Amino acid sequence: MTIFGDVARWFADPAHWQGSHGIPVRVLEHLELSGLAVAIALVIAVPVALYLGHTGRGGFIAINLANIGRALPSLALIGLGLAIAIPLGLGLGFWPTMFALVPLAIPPIMTNTFVAIREVDRDVVDAARGMGLKESEILGTIEIPLGLPLMFGGIGTAAVNVVATATLGAIVAGGALGRFIVDGLALQEYDQLVAGALLVALLAIVTEVAFTALARASAPPGMTVSR
Amino acid sequence: MAESRGATVEFRSVTKRYGDTIAVDRLSFTVPAGRICVLVGPSGCGKTTSLRMVNRLIEPTSGEILIDGQNVLAEDPTQLRRRIGYVIQQTGLFPHQTVADNIATVPRLLGWPKERIQLRVDELMKLIGLDPGRMRRRYPAQLSGGERQRVGVARAMAAEPPLMLMDEPFAAVDPIVRERLQNEFLRLQRAQGITVIFVTHDIDEAIKLGDRVAVMRLGHLVQYAPPAELLAHPADDFVAQFVGSDRGLKRLSLLTVGGVELAPLDRAKLDGAPVLSPSMSLRDALAVMLSSEAQEASVMEGDRYLGALTLQQIGRMLRVDEPA
Amino acid sequence: MTPGEPLIRWDWIASHAGEISLRIGEHLELTVIAVVVGLVIAFGLAFVALRLPALSAPITGTAGILYTIPSLALFAFLVPHTGLSVLTAEIGLVSYTLLILIRNIISGIRGVPSDVRDAALGMGYTTRQILWRIELPLALAVIFAGIRVATITTIGLVTVTALIGQGGLGYFILLGIQLFFSTPLLAGALGSIAFAVVADGALVLVQRALTPWTRLR
Repeated sequence: MTIFGDVARWFADPAHWQGSHGIPVRVLEHLELSGLAVAIALVIAVPVALYLGHTGRGGFIAINLANIGRALPSLALIGLGLAIAIPLGLGLGFWPTMFALVPLAIPPIMTNTFVAIREVDRDVVDAARGMGLKESEILGTIEIPLGLPLMFGGIGTAAVNVVATATLGAIVAGGALGRFIVDGLALQEYDQLVAGALLVALLAIVTEVAFTALARASAPPGMTVSR
Repeated sequence: MAESRGATVEFRSVTKRYGDTIAVDRLSFTVPAGRICVLVGPSGCGKTTSLRMVNRLIEPTSGEILIDGQNVLAEDPTQLRRRIGYVIQQTGLFPHQTVADNIATVPRLLGWPKERIQLRVDELMKLIGLDPGRMRRRYPAQLSGGERQRVGVARAMAAEPPLMLMDEPFAAVDPIVRERLQNEFLRLQRAQGITVIFVTHDIDEAIKLGDRVAVMRLGHLVQYAPPAELLAHPADDFVAQFVGSDRGLKRLSLLTVGGVELAPLDRAKLDGAPVLSPSMSLRDALAVMLSSEAQEASVMEGDRYLGALTLQQIGRMLRVDEPA
Repeated sequence: MTPGEPLIRWDWIASHAGEISLRIGEHLELTVIAVVVGLVIAFGLAFVALRLPALSAPITGTAGILYTIPSLALFAFLVPHTGLSVLTAEIGLVSYTLLILIRNIISGIRGVPSDVRDAALGMGYTTRQILWRIELPLALAVIFAGIRVATITTIGLVTVTALIGQGGLGYFILLGIQLFFSTPLLAGALGSIAFAVVADGALVLVQRALTPWTRLR
């Protein structure tokens, strides 16, 4: 039980809240890293998935992409990120982590967005087309609104995975919350170790809860009401 | 008809209550051995509940159900069910087992030797018109709707039960397939002599298949009679309405040309008249005569002239036993 | 990773072949133990959830929280108590399999069509026979899908255990990172990816063999 005492003391120490190695800075770094990776993944994956989903093409790839993504070990991604960043002269820390996080975030976003669009009742789409809506209008006013919950589910999955793997960035001299864990392991400073783990765990849980709530809130009214 | 291997089934004042609702109210009737009894009525009349009390998937609140004189409540439900064939509308075929394994279900549960099971499966598959060689190892997902229903019936008959319970087994297929299934089922039942309790909401099916028809409404048995009697003497307005205002015509479909006393008209007078066979139903005969605008038709068996059938005679059959 | 250096030095791989196979074995062992133990625990918890629906939400909720916590953080929580050991690694790895396995077992068994169950009961199966001969075989397809995902995820997470003294092929990734040496890094990274792909393929074959009725139409 002493570990909890140590951790509490670690959090109570004001020194840990200041400066470029302090908790707030690390949290921000983590958020920046994760947010940027997810944003880039969104820009890449969503348009492709929307197109494929609406036209019904490329289903095999889009669906199996999630399986492929799951098979990518996170440490391997970090390592590969490093292997790409160094020859490009991009140094340690930020870029290797980015090269790992973006490919990690793409599969869940792409697969879920694709499936979300595909799952929209084809009869509804057909009726819309028959009434004279343009393809882009169908996508924008029907398919996307109906598919939002699933899409947010996919983005949430990507976000949580990214938050988790961003901690590993500390291995390639990155900052963020992983720093506390990696340093804690190296220096056998278990208070720092557990404190860092707590912060990361909290961030991940908050991310998951936030996106779950977002997914639920985005369900169009009228779809969730029952007689 | 084969000697009756069937069981007799007796309902004695069987009641099923759910809280304050009475689903089945003092139901009493007897099904003679080897006969088909059809329970028919609008939804909510208690017909399915009654059926499921026979094999104790639902337990009666009061009353007794006797199979060959033995109370079903006196027996272990699992053992009871293995003696009774059970066919439901969605078939409930086990998707992960082959056709042969599905059919072999109850014989296996009863511990039959392997060779006997194999012989029985092949025999049944031939009876239902599926080639054992090709179809034994197929899975339900590979069969058509009609084929699946047939396998469901074969599965229920596999252990040679004296009694079969069927809950709207043919409702989920299209009318053409349904008629074929009904005819095959009738043939099978007549050959094997099994007692059948059959539930349907379709009055035409009840009349076609039933030796006895039990019309139910809101848990009550309103009338229990052979189909001809039901059509001729509906017990009340509800039955009359349920049976349909065309019950006169329905009765005609139960009667054949050969069963009518034919008029010994001179054959020469029937030149140009339509020709009927004695096995034709009176209803079909009426249709033929109306469409050719004929007052009379000649009845031939092959080359032999049997007599004449007139529209008046048909009309007389229609009017016999009108309700008071 | 320095310019001029080849990406993969095959002589290094050749000379370290023994250690590589050792690490592959370690990777395999860690994965198999985690999935098997995870399955056992998941079955137990799933059946509790199925029998006592009130417990269903807390069980899946807890498994969900464990799953959301990043792996490194989970290992970090354990290290002060169980050290840099295989036990620490396995506790973490098993925890990650629970959510997907419990979810799939429950949904698999619940997904058995009700008419199939009704027919089985009506023909005279006992409830235990229904469980073993009908519900479990039919649930198997869904359960196996869960096993596939759990295995692939575990193979990936084993690499992270390099940070707490295990690692399997992750050991080489970490080595490569620390030494700026691309050979072991790529060997470990590509090796673990290949491992996951092969495992997935093998499990698909096993699934097809166990559930022949699912691939017809």
